[in-house]
Amino acid sequence: MSAISGGLPAADTPIARKESVRTSLWALALRRLLQNKLAMAGGIVVALMFAICFIGPLFSPYTDNKIHMALMNKPPNWKHWLGTDALGRDVLTRVMQAGRISLTVGLASMVLSVFLGSLLGAIAGYYRGIADQIIMRIGDLLLTVPSLPLLFILGALLSEWKVPPEDRMYIVMLLLSFVNWPGIARMVRGEVLSLREREFMQAATVLGLSARRKLFRHLLPNLVPLLIVIASLNIGGAVLSESVLSFFGLGVMPPTPTWGNMIDAANNLIDFQQRPWLWIPPGFCIFATVIAVNLFGDGLRDVLDPKQKR
Amino acid sequence: MSAFLTKRLLYTVVILLAASLLIFSLYAWTPGDFISGNIKLTPERKAELREIYGLNKPVLERYATWMKHAFHGDLGYSLAQQKPVLTLFNEYIWNSFLLAAVSTFFTWLIAVVIGVVAAYKQYSWFDTLVMVVIFGAMSLPSFFIGLFLIKILAVDWKLLPPGGMLTTGSNATGIAYFREVVRHMTLPVVVMTLLGIGSLTRYIRGNLIDVLKQDYIRTARAKGLKERKVLFKHALRNALLPAITLVGFELPSLFGGSLIIEKIFNWPGIGQLYMQSFGLRDYPLLMGFTVLIAILTVIGTLLSDILYRVADPRVRLQ
Amino acid sequence: MRDLLTIENLRTHFFAPEGTIKAVDGVSLRVREGETVCIVGESGCGKSITALSVMGLAAGSSGKVVGGRIEFDGRNLLELDKNELRTLRGHEIAMIFQEPMSSLNPVLPVGEQIMEPLIEHLKLGKKAARARAIELIAQVGIARPEQIANAYPHELSGGMLQRIMIAAAISCSPKLLIADEPTTALDVTIQAQILDMLRRFKAESNMSILLITHDLGVVAEMADYVVVMYAGKVVEEGEVTELFSHPKHPYTKGLLRSKPILNHRQDELYAIPGQVPNPLELTVSCYFHDRCGQCMDVCRSREPRLREAGERHRVACWLYEEAVAYV
Repeated sequence: MSAISGGLPAADTPIARKESVRTSLWALALRRLLQNKLAMAGGIVVALMFAICFIGPLFSPYTDNKIHMALMNKPPNWKHWLGTDALGRDVLTRVMQAGRISLTVGLASMVLSVFLGSLLGAIAGYYRGIADQIIMRIGDLLLTVPSLPLLFILGALLSEWKVPPEDRMYIVMLLLSFVNWPGIARMVRGEVLSLREREFMQAATVLGLSARRKLFRHLLPNLVPLLIVIASLNIGGAVLSESVLSFFGLGVMPPTPTWGNMIDAANNLIDFQQRPWLWIPPGFCIFATVIAVNLFGDGLRDVLDPKQKR
Repeated sequence: MSAFLTKRLLYTVVILLAASLLIFSLYAWTPGDFISGNIKLTPERKAELREIYGLNKPVLERYATWMKHAFHGDLGYSLAQQKPVLTLFNEYIWNSFLLAAVSTFFTWLIAVVIGVVAAYKQYSWFDTLVMVVIFGAMSLPSFFIGLFLIKILAVDWKLLPPGGMLTTGSNATGIAYFREVVRHMTLPVVVMTLLGIGSLTRYIRGNLIDVLKQDYIRTARAKGLKERKVLFKHALRNALLPAITLVGFELPSLFGGSLIIEKIFNWPGIGQLYMQSFGLRDYPLLMGFTVLIAILTVIGTLLSDILYRVADPRVRLQ
Repeated sequence: MRDLLTIENLRTHFFAPEGTIKAVDGVSLRVREGETVCIVGESGCGKSITALSVMGLAAGSSGKVVGGRIEFDGRNLLELDKNELRTLRGHEIAMIFQEPMSSLNPVLPVGEQIMEPLIEHLKLGKKAARARAIELIAQVGIARPEQIANAYPHELSGGMLQRIMIAAAISCSPKLLIADEPTTALDVTIQAQILDMLRRFKAESNMSILLITHDLGVVAEMADYVVVMYAGKVVEEGEVTELFSHPKHPYTKGLLRSKPILNHRQDELYAIPGQVPNPLELTVSCYFHDRCGQCMDVCRSREPRLREAGERHRVACWLYEEAVAYV
């Protein structure tokens, strides 16, 4: 309420306090994040999800992936909490193992697309000129081609190249990053462009600092909050995309389990109608992970990105 | 404005050309074609057919041929269905449009109402609840929620049909036909609305919260206007203004159908047509569809820019 | 002259995570019919919040009037319900703001924004309201009022927009006009015109003005009575001639000294040392003590009360307390 802030006493910090302003900015952000109950709940769920998927299978007696004919398609019971699948494998264990892959793919493709997007976006925004033209035109081109058909085509290409199933997850990561970087580059470029025009950058120019110093000491640190926010919100999208691809049989393939290809069981009419334990648990895992990541990312955005205050 | 338009149009055409070449090459590289998928054909017959369809020519030459025809309004001939691609589009696109238009309408209606109330009562329990639901909606895997609702509402409770647009073998007409279609589209519309509502509500809520902090809202209150008027005349108009740009971005999804939803609900739309054709490698159709979406995307973006300029008096004159 | 607005011991506080900010802390003042009262002080001293409290607009997500009385024309504003207060706003009490650029709605033509209070409070029809709005635009000295009525805010200059704001404010002939730094954002030549106009309307309609400013030049030109605020409290008040000729509080003296005087070249322009204290760190004391050249021990530990210091002149300062000697 500017009506109020306009009249509020200016929070004049005593000069002694200004020295620690950098750390206190982060400390303040952290404190405000800790106060945001929704964001913290999200963060805890994400952490739990990672912990369960990566540590959980170690405590499971059913990790051998062997086929047990006697145990085929059992509904949930005390020995198999989420039942068993058509090959007699424990669904809970499979869900946790699938989570490892899905979360890894989500995380890795996020890292890759944020890296690619921020690097290219920063170059485009900082150096402008021909680099900007080339990078952003390629970005526009990729944004024009509808992403789902693009992913389908690339996925089909993968199948042809006979990529071994266990390596497909790496290719899926690359695919998702390839589709995602232009959006990130656009945001980062916009931020760099606006930062360039800000007084402190002009001050740095007036002071005669070198381009490198300006870029690394003055510009990049100011991008960090935006990048953290983009990264956290991007994981959710990547997990979702992976699941869509795998569901349609174009992403990671069985026997490597992912949440997406486990839901593929629903494409079988009998499994769909009568054995919901096969495909509902992985679906809920995707949902829980993505909502938790989004809540956490939004909390981060609240405390880090002043322009996006809610 | 006209200089801006000319420049934008030119750029749009260039991007479209580049995009179509990219799409064409990708499809050309995609393994397998319509003919190799047909096991009934002898190798000689296959070679003959490839010759007829021009599948053995270099990619660039094929692209040039395709482009030449496309400029004459001919997107080619579907190999699988033996019909012109455009005729097929015309058959299927309106089903997609029906689904998309109805769900877009509900999405905007619900998003505006909820967004306004949540923004006005910021930090109330209602607002918090809305935020959680919004995040839930934004985090739903579309295919999973579709399957889940079919399982619960159609398979278990038998409240609604599980898919399709009409009951198999139905020849209902008039009111009965209408009712049947409505029953069939309820579930997909619910899912599409659910999927779209999150980000839009959030957007409207966020914009409105920003607008409510502006000086001119204080002025409106200082003038003693009713709160309803402050909210709907002064605040909402400013908050919805940037949302006008979204109308353009809706364009591809309005006419392009939804690949996933139409597939899951077996809806006879253009997205479903694409999914079928993808398995068959029916290139003319795939190419036509992808280019159609690309065209809709760039037109939508252009439309957004223009709409924004028309709507905002601040940029209208520039 | 009758009292139009009486504020007694008003306290408006804001609740931030870091603590309570007492933006207005025990302010009392009085505006009589046809009188111009100026509230003076540095930015952040609570003068705008005082004004917004009168309008009932200070309360928001974090702010609240926690105590006191605001009596306007025989009614206690703090006891009115929301709707009663609303019908008073823009009708009997009007307000104009510092930033005319951002205070008008960018997507509505200015004419329509003047029409709104006419339709709301005077129940005029659209046509009549429009005709009246055009008259008002002419009255505030804008040429081609018909065309200007259709203009959007971004098409007009700051000075014109402030005139439009004034036109909307006086449209329902309010008894009290609150002007919050109305000329601060404007060029000096425009400032004089705007102030002239306010004076003219006041004379024509016996309207009272509560003028908030940090500019002593404006005070000298406009005020009948001056209230000096510092850190949420009134430190001195008096009739304008008395206060300007015999300032008592060191802060008032400082303000007057730091005002450049025309044709009176000084070697160094005086500035009050230090800054306004952090509102979260206030302790019981005279809040001005660490910037005061005449600070005594008592100033650091006890709060001075507002006391009579002459004919319609009051000051809150230990220098003028007879009790000081015995503390």
